[in-house]
Amino acid sequence: MSMEYLGYMIVMAGVTYFIRMLPLAVFQKEIKSVFLKSFLFYVPYAVLGAMTFPVILYSTDHRLSALGGMLAALVMAWRGKGLLSVAISAVLAVLLIEYGLLYI
Amino acid sequence: MEAKKDYQRGLKDGIPIGLGYLSVSFTFGMMAAAAGVPPLAAVLISLTNLTSAGQFAGLSLMIAHGSLLEMALTQLTINLRYALMSLSLSQKLEPGITTVQRCIVAFGNTDEIFALASGQEGKVSSWFMYGLMTLPILCWSSGTLLGAVANSLLPDLLRSALGIAIYGMFLAIIIPPARKIASIRKVLIFSILLSCAFYYLPVLKDISSGFVIIICAVGASAFGAWMFPIKEADPS
Repeated sequence: MSMEYLGYMIVMAGVTYFIRMLPLAVFQKEIKSVFLKSFLFYVPYAVLGAMTFPVILYSTDHRLSALGGMLAALVMAWRGKGLLSVAISAVLAVLLIEYGLLYI
Repeated sequence: MEAKKDYQRGLKDGIPIGLGYLSVSFTFGMMAAAAGVPPLAAVLISLTNLTSAGQFAGLSLMIAHGSLLEMALTQLTINLRYALMSLSLSQKLEPGITTVQRCIVAFGNTDEIFALASGQEGKVSSWFMYGLMTLPILCWSSGTLLGAVANSLLPDLLRSALGIAIYGMFLAIIIPPARKIASIRKVLIFSILLSCAFYYLPVLKDISSGFVIIICAVGASAFGAWMFPIKEADPS
């Protein structure tokens, strides 16, 4: 393996790890501030919402299949189905729609 | 034994994450091989980084022979969201978890693992986190290896359909609590509107996606904390 790759690899792994490690190592006590606690309570939902929308609509080769997959996932998630079933329904909906599009 | 049970529970919860990782890391492996990166290097990158966007960006910088400083800044920008997740996770871990244990947990704090840990009721133990990390790390690395050595591609149709799987998982995590709790629903909608603004509006859409996630997360969570402060420790 050439030294060039090794340098890149060390920088990538090092930077990524320190970003993940520092907050976990530093904030060991329970945070008391109501504002901060509430803020951190909402973080997962805000992060995942921003990561899912609107890019879910562009996550497949066709806008229409992505829309169908998104709707399938929304319905299944609304009914409280598990991670795997929701993900599989989205994939199946996309496959069905894209397969159908081949014949239009 | 409590530790063993926790580990097994984490292991089981990690299965859907691992399966989702296979196809993404397979794509990364294929792209790395196509760019001339040796399969062993591609696998080592996956094993030590455990992140999709950062690795794809890193790969394109390697191809362009970017400087190490550029590489460091790119990784910092794209991956800074993990600092927010680690901060949130630091409050989710059981009290009494040592610094060494925290440093191990930190290694596996990906979007999906963070999401799943956040969705657990109450606090989580270090052994649960180790279990949760195990299969995703194995799948992420082995998927990269498979992609790097595979000469044939996945059929286009299947590759396209698998692209939505990870977002389906995210919806499965956020929709049920958003349905039950009005404040979560409002924070979620606020974040989605912000994210759409950064995706579609001129000027705003030129900001890198790593920054956009941080801005949306900080903005929407601050909005929620200000408008709907949480009184109890864990209302979910």
